[in-house]
Parts: sequence; structure tokens; C-alpha cells
Amino acid sequence: MTFTYEIEGGNFSRAGTASSDIKKALKQLDLDYTIIKRVVVSLYEAEVNIVAHARRGTLTADIDPDRIVMVLDDQGPGIPDIDAAMTAGFSTASSRVREMGFGAGMGLPNIKKNADSLNIQSTVGVGTRLEIVVNF
Amino acid sequence: MKIPLLMQLLEARLVCGDAENHRIIEHAFASDLMSDVLTLDACSPLLITGLSNVQTIRTAEMADIHTVLLARGKKATPEMIALAHQNDMVMLETPYSIFKTSGILYQHGVKPVY
Ligand SMILES: Nc1ncnc2c1ncn2[C@@H]1O[C@H](COP(=O)(O)OP(=O)(O)O)[C@@H](O)[C@H]1O
Ligand SMILES: [Mg+2]
Repeated sequence: MTFTYEIEGGNFSRAGTASSDIKKALKQLDLDYTIIKRVVVSLYEAEVNIVAHARRGTLTADIDPDRIVMVLDDQGPGIPDIDAAMTAGFSTASSRVREMGFGAGMGLPNIKKNADSLNIQSTVGVGTRLEIVVNF
Repeated sequence: MKIPLLMQLLEARLVCGDAENHRIIEHAFASDLMSDVLTLDACSPLLITGLSNVQTIRTAEMADIHTVLLARGKKATPEMIALAHQNDMVMLETPYSIFKTSGILYQHGVKPVY
């Protein structure tokens, strides 16, 4: 099963709709509740990052019998120093993002914690690509 | 704690859901930071927050939280109520501060997540 969504930068009222949809799909499968939570928490933080930091992006989720592979590809400013961005507390979020309850620099570390594998590629001025894998 | 008692103790108003038939509140977590809420391990606490926007409810949905209490007089928007309704949540509003709300609930046996 493959799901694809377009994510609009800056649109906080829609942020999370893709993650919500995928959560509903996963609930149809006979999966452990903690696995579903790890998937949706990491996906939601990644979705919010596109809304918070990028102009637009695409989310693709591939659900296989033994794992889910989520790829979030955005067009945006990119991440100049990925190691710094992965550090808990590091954030360049705007005050608008903080008003939404995000922007404390906890998203990427939490994605890393919940994922079985996280791969980040980024080009400054072009965009960022996250690949998140959770095994079932 | 059952929702009707919580409402009585906190002068809380029900804005969404079925107070009588909702699950019993055992744990609570207070935060205005949604990234914090997303770090919790599974136990479906009551979320006490002063953050009132649609991401509050989205976060609750992702974190498997079924009960949201808006503190310090914050009001739910129609968009929040619609989303909470879709997810079978109970949402409440209290005029009390987060500190006072938490103190009262703690005193009445509601447990912290950690
Ligand atoms: N998709 C992205 N595009 C550009 N920068 C990003 C993206 N995702 C994360 N970042 C950068 O990494 C930082 C840390 O991200 P994160 O841990 O999610 O915290 P937060 O989003 O709360 O700032 C962000 O503040 C931002 O500088
Ligand atoms: Mg983030």
C-alpha cells in the first residue's frame, strides 16, 4: 500500500492531516498499538517540520507486511548542519511556529527515538529529504 | 476520576464529548508544548494545556490522548471542537490556572505520567 500527500508550508490548520490518515490506515492492520504510535508520532513531527520550516513538500508512505517506509521530501531552506539540528533544543523556528506548540527543537530527536532508522539528506537553498523506517 | 467530578472540582465546562460515559482519568500531563506531549510513552493521560489551537487536538490524536482540558480560561475554537468530535474525545474548559488545576487533580488522586 502506498500513500502520497502534498504538504503546504505555513498551513498550520492542515498540519497533521496526512499523519492522521495514515494512522487510520494502520489501525485497520493487525499491528501493535505501540508500533502505530511510534509511526504516527515520528510522521507527525516530520510533517509539522515541513509546515514550519519549508515551502512545500511531498510525503510518501509505503506500508509493507513487515515495515513502513516514510519519505518526506521538501522544497525549502534545507538544513545547513544536520548534526546541530539533531541536537535536542536546537531550533530556528519562528514565533508563529512556537505559538502552535512546536519549535522547541525536540522534533528530530523524537523522530530518531521512535524510528528504527532515520536518514536525512539536505541541500541548503534546495530542500530536505527524510526517510523514516519503522519495522512491524 | 470520572469526568463529572472533574468538572465539579474545576468549575469546568464540557465543550465536546460524553462526560457520563467517558473513560476514567488515571493520569494527567500538563504542557503548552506539543512536542513534549509527543514524547510521552503510552498511557493516554488527560492533557491539561493552555494552548488552544487545532494542533492541540491533532497532537492529542497522534498521542492517543482522549481527554483535553483547556486551562486558564482558554476557549476551544469550532475547528478544534469538530476535530475532537471526529476523534471521540472529551474536551473541557476551566477558568483555573494550570497550577491550580494540577494541584486539585493531584490532591484527588490523579497520577502524574512521570
Ligand atoms: N524540513 C526542514 N527544512 C528546513 N529546516 C528544518 C527542517 N526540519 C528541521 N529543520 C531544522 O532543524 C531544526 C530542528 O528541528 P526539530 O528538532 O524538529 O525542532 P523544531 O522544529 O521544533 O525547531 C529546526 O528548527 C530547523 O532549523
Ligand atoms: Mg520540528
